Amino acid sequence: MNFAQFTLQEQGVVILAALVLFASFSLLAQTRIIASIHAFAWQGALVAAATALVAFVAGQPHLYLSALITLALKAMLIPWILHRIVVKLAITREVETVVNPALVLLAAAALVAFSYYVALPVEKLSTLATRNTIAISMAVVLLGMLIMVTRRQAITQVVGFMSMENGLFFAAVVSTHGMPMVVELGVAFDLLVATVIFGVFFFQIRQSIESLDVDRLSRLAESTELDEAVEPEEPRE
Amino acid sequence: MADYLNLQGWLLALLQTALFVTAAPLLVGWLRLLKARLQNRRAPALTQPYRDLSKLFRKEVIVADTASPLFRAAPYIVFSATVVTAAVIPLIAVHLPTAAIADVIVLVGFLALARFFLALAGLDVGTAFGGMGSSREMTIASLGEPAMLMAIFTLTMTAQSTNLSHAIDFLLAQGLVLRPSFMFALLALLLVAVAETGRIPVDNPTTHLELTMVHEAMILEYSGRHLALMEWAAQLKLMIYGVLIANIFFPWGIAAELTPTALLLGLAVIVLKLMLLCAVLAVAETALAKMRLFRVPGFLNLAFLFALLGMLSHVILEVGA
Amino acid sequence: MNALFATLLVPLLGSMLMAVVPRCRIAGWLNVAFAATTTVTSVILALEVLRSGPMLSAGKFFYIDAFNVYLVVLTAFVATTTAIFSRPYMDYELGRGRLNSRRMRLYHAMYQGFLFTMLLALSTNNLGILWVALEGATLATVLLVSLYRTPESVEAAWKYFILCGVGIAQALFGTVLLYFAAASVLTVPEDGLLWTTLHGIAGQLDPTVMSIAFVFLLVGYGTKVGLVPLHNWLPDAHSEGPTPMSAVLSGLLLNVALYAVVRTKMLVDGALHGVSNMPQLAGYLMMAFGLLSFLVAGLFLHRQRDIKRMFSYSSIEHMGLMTFAFGLGGPLATFAALLHMTLHSLVKSAIFVTVGHATHIAGTQAIDKIRGLIRTQPAVGWGLLLGTAAIAGFPPFGLFVSEFLLLVATMESWPWLTVALLSGLAIAFAGLFRNIHPMVYGNQPEGQLPVQANMLPVYLHLLLALWFGLAIPAVLAHWFDQATQLIAGKGVL
Repeated sequence: MNFAQFTLQEQGVVILAALVLFASFSLLAQTRIIASIHAFAWQGALVAAATALVAFVAGQPHLYLSALITLALKAMLIPWILHRIVVKLAITREVETVVNPALVLLAAAALVAFSYYVALPVEKLSTLATRNTIAISMAVVLLGMLIMVTRRQAITQVVGFMSMENGLFFAAVVSTHGMPMVVELGVAFDLLVATVIFGVFFFQIRQSIESLDVDRLSRLAESTELDEAVEPEEPRE
Repeated sequence: MADYLNLQGWLLALLQTALFVTAAPLLVGWLRLLKARLQNRRAPALTQPYRDLSKLFRKEVIVADTASPLFRAAPYIVFSATVVTAAVIPLIAVHLPTAAIADVIVLVGFLALARFFLALAGLDVGTAFGGMGSSREMTIASLGEPAMLMAIFTLTMTAQSTNLSHAIDFLLAQGLVLRPSFMFALLALLLVAVAETGRIPVDNPTTHLELTMVHEAMILEYSGRHLALMEWAAQLKLMIYGVLIANIFFPWGIAAELTPTALLLGLAVIVLKLMLLCAVLAVAETALAKMRLFRVPGFLNLAFLFALLGMLSHVILEVGA
Repeated sequence: MNALFATLLVPLLGSMLMAVVPRCRIAGWLNVAFAATTTVTSVILALEVLRSGPMLSAGKFFYIDAFNVYLVVLTAFVATTTAIFSRPYMDYELGRGRLNSRRMRLYHAMYQGFLFTMLLALSTNNLGILWVALEGATLATVLLVSLYRTPESVEAAWKYFILCGVGIAQALFGTVLLYFAAASVLTVPEDGLLWTTLHGIAGQLDPTVMSIAFVFLLVGYGTKVGLVPLHNWLPDAHSEGPTPMSAVLSGLLLNVALYAVVRTKMLVDGALHGVSNMPQLAGYLMMAFGLLSFLVAGLFLHRQRDIKRMFSYSSIEHMGLMTFAFGLGGPLATFAALLHMTLHSLVKSAIFVTVGHATHIAGTQAIDKIRGLIRTQPAVGWGLLLGTAAIAGFPPFGLFVSEFLLLVATMESWPWLTVALLSGLAIAFAGLFRNIHPMVYGNQPEGQLPVQANMLPVYLHLLLALWFGLAIPAVLAHWFDQATQLIAGKGVL
């Protein structure tokens, strides 16, 4: 038991990691769209704070830049874009029901335990003080997936997707003090483009099915295929 | 380790218990004073709870015709179980002879015993309100208890002992360590404490509105000294949770040796901690509205989630770090 | 060296230019021109690599060896022929009113952008950039899938985006783990994502971490390859997007994703070699997923109602076969897989081009409404029949050779699996022909008229497939052999 031997800053990183995990859980439990966007912004801010603290502890100045990008992108810009879209689509008050929340919560806990188990051999190899948080970052990735599976609203699915990205970024920070800068910039760029495209999509989905409930996107299910063949619309004269 | 046949030690333990029991109404008085100030009301005197209690003790006891002997016995059982709980909790010093039974599981057991009889007493007379209160109380308890036990187990896993005294010793020796598991356990215990002691937003101790009351509904049929004992027990319970939270998560200042200066310092520190804790509670109670009863499970699920996260983060982040 | 930059810059420039060219007619031609230029430069690049061996450039940022340069040429070539097909096809769609000129601009810009991301993914030496480029390829194509804005196409695009996004996120986690494994060995961790560096130190990388990383990478890139059970997006995206898009998705994107899997497999094999109790772990996993995809997709072929969906299941089937072959390892299987990759790209893009014409003739994608193609328009009907014969592995075509080689390789190391392979091939064959037969033969419906069809790319691709089946040109065989040596350790020739 030598957690107590870490410096206070290192313990701070671990605390922040735990809070990032908690943010994932609260994303999972949020039923209001706006609230989940806020929770996502908080998670981004926590990840950025943890990154900055890692930069300080490990003396890795380039991580400050990563932290700044994360803060700007994940805690501000993307939540802002999502928020604006929600306002524009007038679904600020929409509440979505999660089927069987207790089961979802249990599944989430099981995923955390699973990622702990998987990350154990990885952690053994590391000498960094932050190595135990690798499991947390993996859990955040898996919880992001769980959010996407359990949610029916397109926007909350996107929030789950972005939260997965948070986990991935956090994994890179705590396991290896960040990826090479060029890769991180590339990933950030992809993420930004993805957000814009998601935005375009919300309007397209809205237009085509008059709702953002992706459960209603079921024309292409394999089971119904025998009943109705998909036809393109008739050519116009 | 304390010497169990040490007369001075036993005397101190007795004194500590007496202090605990007598200070509990004062704590409630302080809380009411703070709340009144926060709500821009004129505050009752700090000693008002004492006056209420002494008035009740002097009043005549009226018992319903349908009541069984259990109804009469319950206040005494509830009160004494709560007092025994208070006796084993380190208030100002750790190395007292009572430390030997200061086990958290025993503690939870005593509290459960008190609650069990409280609920039985609520049912005993056969009025609608009593039954409703008991059923609500047991619902809350059955949801809160797992969270509480899990949070406590998280702590004891770190301290490697279920003995409160040892755990506090261990934490004192370690100094300031920012443990994520403690953070979550603290949050979980705070939520559970709010639910178990019947504070806002779970229950409102000052109202007798039939739709919302929980604790008050159970003791509605009591009067005179029975009611006084029940009320006193409830006040003690609040103090028990306060002291537990204060001394486990912020153990600094508690007397590790049995010297007069250390004991005095310990007393001063615990008073300060409890005052602060009450201030937090008062602000929270002022800021929050009481929630509808069917949202209470959600509240306690959150507590359970905190406890679960505490346990998970202990295993993942702290073991083998 | 310069050829490499030209190969990458031409589509990038093209993408930017197309975004501002307002006239669709010009953009169509420009699209062809840019793709053709890329093909030319890629061939020059290939010749350079053939002459002087693998090369690193731009501070180790790009790495070109026999394995990826042949995919670069293939990508550029198929993109060109598809662009030739796309010009009149998209014009026709514009005329039908399914598109407007703004969406055409998006289409052309993204076509070139997609080409750029694939070439970048193939030529980069940095596994992180490989990931970025593959995600970029998804982003470039996702709006094209929903180009028609029908509810179905929007749904398909959403599914594509979400599933591939989730999948590829797993791949990024795998990449992080790879970097982690390398950083604990290297003194300059900055190089830890360079494939050449990783390959050099593969033996020192921690086997457990590498195995975990590979599982994540396989799941991630496997989603893009379309491996069962992560294949759901593929039929939807193929059937709902514009047909040229289906052709390049099937013919090229799946290849690039498989390329990424094979590259990482080479690293994991190096790390697990002789240390672990299961040195072939990566291979076994690929074989299992590959075989599963092959068999499941073969069965699904039977119950399709939409012609483009059917052929996309055929793509899953073939990708499964290739994954299986790469997983099997060994020179013969690897050679077969490389050959199969090339031929599948050529034939499948040819089929999608033909299918595009067929759907224009019939005015629908529903299989039971497409009838009598040979009577209406023999060129299209025969093209579809021959293409299907080629993809099903009929003898004179090249896919017969690659499948035969694979069967031989399987017989050598896993004799029992040949049974599964053979029955899978038979099932797929039956599934394809029972649907194709009435479409090409049979009576044409009333009023079905031929359309203006550009069958040049189709017959060009089919001729190439036939040529490779009859006699693989010596240059090409040598080339595949070099790639095989890189992947499997030794060649077959």
